[in-house]
Amino acid sequence: MEKRVVFKQKLLPYFLIAPQIIITLVFFIWPASQAVYQSVLQEDAFGLSRKFVGLANFAYIFTDETYLNSIYVTIIFSFSVAAIAMSVSLLLAAMADRVIKGATTYKTLIIWPYAVAPVVAGVLWYFLFNPTIGIVAIYLKLYGYEWNHSLNGGQAMFLVIFTAAWREISYNFLFFLAGLQAIPKPFIEAAAIDGASPLKRFWTITFPLLSPTTFFLVVMNVVYAFFDTFGVIHVITAGGPNYATNIMVFKVYHDGFLSLDLGSSSAQSVILMFIVISLTVVQFRYIERKVYY
Amino acid sequence: MKRFGLFLIMAVFVLGFSVTTAQAVTEINWWHAHGGRLGEKVNSIADNFNKLQNKYKVVATYKGNYSDTMTAGIAAFRSKNPPHILQVFEVGTASMMSARGAINPVYEVMGESGLPFDPNVYLSTVTGYYTTNEGKMLSMPFNSSTPILYYNVDAFKKAGLDPDKPPKTWPEVADYSRKLIKAGYSGFSTAWISWIHLENFSAWHNIPIGTKENGFGGLDTEFIFNSPLHVKHIQQLADWQKEKIFVYGGRRNLGNAKFSSGEVAMYTESSAGYAGFKKTCEFEFRTSMLPYWPEASGAPQNTIIGGASLWVMAGHSKDAYTGVATFFTYLSSPAVQADWHQFTGYLPITTDAYYLTKGQGVYEKKPGMETALKQMTLNKPTSNSKGLRFGNFVQMRGVVYNELEAIFTSKKTAQEGLDKAVKEGNKLLRKFEKANK
Repeated sequence: MEKRVVFKQKLLPYFLIAPQIIITLVFFIWPASQAVYQSVLQEDAFGLSRKFVGLANFAYIFTDETYLNSIYVTIIFSFSVAAIAMSVSLLLAAMADRVIKGATTYKTLIIWPYAVAPVVAGVLWYFLFNPTIGIVAIYLKLYGYEWNHSLNGGQAMFLVIFTAAWREISYNFLFFLAGLQAIPKPFIEAAAIDGASPLKRFWTITFPLLSPTTFFLVVMNVVYAFFDTFGVIHVITAGGPNYATNIMVFKVYHDGFLSLDLGSSSAQSVILMFIVISLTVVQFRYIERKVYY
Repeated sequence: MKRFGLFLIMAVFVLGFSVTTAQAVTEINWWHAHGGRLGEKVNSIADNFNKLQNKYKVVATYKGNYSDTMTAGIAAFRSKNPPHILQVFEVGTASMMSARGAINPVYEVMGESGLPFDPNVYLSTVTGYYTTNEGKMLSMPFNSSTPILYYNVDAFKKAGLDPDKPPKTWPEVADYSRKLIKAGYSGFSTAWISWIHLENFSAWHNIPIGTKENGFGGLDTEFIFNSPLHVKHIQQLADWQKEKIFVYGGRRNLGNAKFSSGEVAMYTESSAGYAGFKKTCEFEFRTSMLPYWPEASGAPQNTIIGGASLWVMAGHSKDAYTGVATFFTYLSSPAVQADWHQFTGYLPITTDAYYLTKGQGVYEKKPGMETALKQMTLNKPTSNSKGLRFGNFVQMRGVVYNELEAIFTSKKTAQEGLDKAVKEGNKLLRKFEKANK
């Protein structure tokens, strides 16, 4: 206990944490409280008439088929993005860990997509898969596969998952590679001497030792898929066709900014806020404890 | 150096201040949604107006697409700093109208300014959309267009069809398409499917899209675009997909590439898309009026407009409103309108501008430009064809897109899909009614 730093002045600590507090207040607490306030009101776009409606906005969205569908879509989307992004990046990282020649080039190339903003990534893949002029779509057609994601919900979902995961693979790769390189080599060498195959060594030694990284990435990826993929959806599908890719974040934007239905949009963002809070709690409470360090 | 910089800033400040006080120019802020070449044209209109007189200065600012511009205007109003003039797309009309404290209707602004203002010089098919049932003009139409049929002349020739005889009816479109398909093309596709194949479809066949004169008669309107004719048309589109007579090109005007790349030989799109196709199509194309169903007794009636109008926002000085009125008078003058019409392909808003353009022989050189006007003015608009006015209509278009996509993928029949869209739409209308009582 004697190691604890004690400030002599009473004001200094407050002064030092002030920037953090101010930023949190201005950029999180204030808008968040505005959202909560707005979510219990029914208001026209101009703010000319304002009426307290209690939880009516919440009641409306939970009976709204489109909203329930968007929850379902979000779950499918997020977990697919996380699963694909993580498994591919783990494979790439495991490979990169063994590469000796040209390792830097290989790593640089894999990390590259992360520098691409989600919107740009969206435009890029949208062009490649454009049903009329996209090069990939044209090749698919040559092989007899009709690609039209502006009408086919499954294809649209595949395309947004693919684009979102493509970008996230780089991020995951960085963490997995760092995680792999932190695993002490003697463990693996000892297992190798005992005659364990590379695959067995990976599943019994490397993978459990990687678990902190893996669980951290699970949470990060789900959060990414929930919130940061807005640009991808916005550019490629705008939530369509027939609500097939209408994830919750996009619906908040659509209802609030395009439809100017502030009450419903705020109620939806309050729900999203609770999802983030619970994800964070899960991360710190349970996952951090159960993971083997 | 640092001090010098400070001095410079001060000097600029003082100078700028003295300049504005010396001339006492009233600034009129105009927020619009035209980027690129159209944006430059908008700026030049403002500049020309500013050069013409020295009491007012119109400052045109590009605020992004239609939704962005409207949202920006609303946000500015909420923070008590709205622009004087805000460009709002046609589907935002009902929202703007209902915001009584936020807007000053154009007829009031013009009336109070004392400037001569005759609503009859405007094309009624254009202004009707923005006018109350009592004939009072609420906003100033700016850029208006209407959907027409574009067809690929080279493809027609290849398929042995006469390019001077474009299809007039939907059954003819199907016949033509079958011949075009044999020549290696697909039939037709469309942009803005909700606007063209439901909203304009209704007006063109003289059937209502909603009760209460398409919403003009009151907020308690209800959608009724699930009539047998609507269902027949949409079901036909869905069925035609199998033969490739119809190809769905996606939302908004994403399907334009299907026409310009030569995939489909016919295409329904806004008349304002003319300039774009002129640039992107490597073949000759022409335009004609929208096809109709011959069994519909009311068809062809007239089509309705899309595009945007200029709304005057509340909360400014009387002097500023006189400035706005002066600018609107300038904007409606035949020379400005004719120039705007010829440059952009949008419809002129006054009859004088139309005759001026006709007199200049422009329509002989660009016959496509007149198709839209002829179609709009084919008959005197009825209560089914003067426009539509529904609250939450931006959302409604989204609902329609989604239901149509379900129909085109055979998840629903046209009847089921349109019934659902009507049901969801009526919910949105009730919500709007409740919020605007």
